[in-house]
Amino acid sequence: MLIPAEQVSAHRLLIVTGHYGTGKTEFSVNLALDLAKAGEKVMLADLDIVNPYFRSRERRDLLQAAGVRVISSSQECSDADVPAIPAEVLTVLEDRSYRGILDIGGDPDGARVLARFQPKIVTEDYQMIFVSNANRPEVRTAANAISYMRCIEEVTGLKCGGIVNNTHLCGETTPEEICKGAALAEEISKETGIPLLCHTAVETLKDKLGCLNGPVYPITIQMKKPWEK
Amino acid sequence: MEKELWKGNEAIAEAAIRAGCDCFFGYPITPQSEVPEYMSLHMPEHGKVFVQSESEVAAINMVYGAAGAGMRAMTSSSSPGVSLKQEGITYIAGAELPCVIVNCMRGGPGLGTIQPAQGDYFQATRGGGNGDYRTVVLAPSNVQEAVDFVQEAFDIADQYRNPVVVLADGLIGQMMEPIVWHEVPKRKLPPKDWATTGKHGRDHTNVVNSLYIDPAECDDHNHHLDAKYAEITKNEVRFEERDCDDAELVFTAYGTPARIAITAIEQLREEGYKVGLFRPITLWPFPEKPLHELAAAGHVKQFLDVEMSSSGQMIDDIRLAVEGQKPISFLGHAGGVMPTVEEMVEAAKKALKEAK
Repeated sequence: MLIPAEQVSAHRLLIVTGHYGTGKTEFSVNLALDLAKAGEKVMLADLDIVNPYFRSRERRDLLQAAGVRVISSSQECSDADVPAIPAEVLTVLEDRSYRGILDIGGDPDGARVLARFQPKIVTEDYQMIFVSNANRPEVRTAANAISYMRCIEEVTGLKCGGIVNNTHLCGETTPEEICKGAALAEEISKETGIPLLCHTAVETLKDKLGCLNGPVYPITIQMKKPWEK
Repeated sequence: MEKELWKGNEAIAEAAIRAGCDCFFGYPITPQSEVPEYMSLHMPEHGKVFVQSESEVAAINMVYGAAGAGMRAMTSSSSPGVSLKQEGITYIAGAELPCVIVNCMRGGPGLGTIQPAQGDYFQATRGGGNGDYRTVVLAPSNVQEAVDFVQEAFDIADQYRNPVVVLADGLIGQMMEPIVWHEVPKRKLPPKDWATTGKHGRDHTNVVNSLYIDPAECDDHNHHLDAKYAEITKNEVRFEERDCDDAELVFTAYGTPARIAITAIEQLREEGYKVGLFRPITLWPFPEKPLHELAAAGHVKQFLDVEMSSSGQMIDDIRLAVEGQKPISFLGHAGGVMPTVEEMVEAAKKALKEAK
């Protein structure tokens, strides 16, 4: 069953976390673009203070053209690896007219950035999402993935409220890979009681996913490498 | 075998562990910091040594010491940090010790930028330190190659008792790609009977040193090194030719620009242009002879060198190999800007048009 972005989660603030390399940024950028297209007033906060490359802010022009307001760490010098958070980030937390997507850097280290905003976030309608990718060696078992999730919860003081199966192998992703990831995500969900919100798949694979039970949110690859058309 | 998704830097670190790296000494610098980070977590699990040194200079000298004691030793850094290591590298080359040095290049000169670049070609292939020495330089153009080359680098270093540099750019260190952990061919290696691990009843004491105070002795030592470099040049040259059989224009590129060139070539071929790629994999020893022969082919009208460097560095070696047989044009960006597929397509079309 295919679902649009607006059905992935009903919460106002979506906080996208996970082990690094699971595809949090791709998921966040897609959600922001699709929600904006669906007429919502969207702000994307790229709070990745861990990675120097492949961050949402690299798609700032595309996002802004689609009507998404973008704020990012080290905003005035977006190519620097300075873990500076602009005061503007408070807008997404305080201005309830915005649908906010917070793209967080990988691992508990990356999630630490949220801790100082925790008292504000808990008063808002938020959902922290744990992105799962069964092809990342450090989080390929449910036990390891749950351990990462718990560490992120501990560092941030926030509770994870949803799981997304974003299993991929970049351009080599097959339906079998996504189904393999579904089994992992379902296991994480079963053991923690946290609902599996959706699986993701690129548009071209969306009709080949008969193996999946839950809803599929179709995405378009935006975070391309320089040789990818 | 099952594919896994790895970030370049962590894959480089894991590859070193799988190759039996005993000691890693490093200092953080973007865009390679995930290498020491991964090593700090995983080397102790394997009972191996990880030290975050007080500086890059300290790290390379720790490598010098560990390599002298027969350990498989490694350090990694990015451009400004590798500059700092140059003194240590020439000492290690002079003392004929094996070690592996990974450079995830960023934009320079000086502190430059943290985005990917290729401005350290001269430093890696000409020797950034003093004296007549060479380091083997392997240039991966994807994460799989980075993983394979790092593992092989330890064997090459041990075989020739020489530093081996794996020269990647920041993009290769930072990007995620699917890889397979397949077996990398192992070499038959000589025993490390020169290592300073104690006399153990030997009749002589092993000494690790690069000081040859007597001029004649130092001259001999240099000729001995030169003979070794000739042997490496004979055995270790690697390159890739792609779509060159009928190519009128041949791109020359290594690392990330070579990857971008492949897409440009696909696009140009679709439009009917005969273009190919010559990709040096060992930057030293440089694949001089094969490139010379390709330049001699009747169908090859010209070369287009593409580098992440403002006026080109590898282009000097391309010119030496082509020896004026065919014209060479250049496309480059420095300081962290990567050439695009469109730029390459346009530059190739322009060069082909001008040739007619």
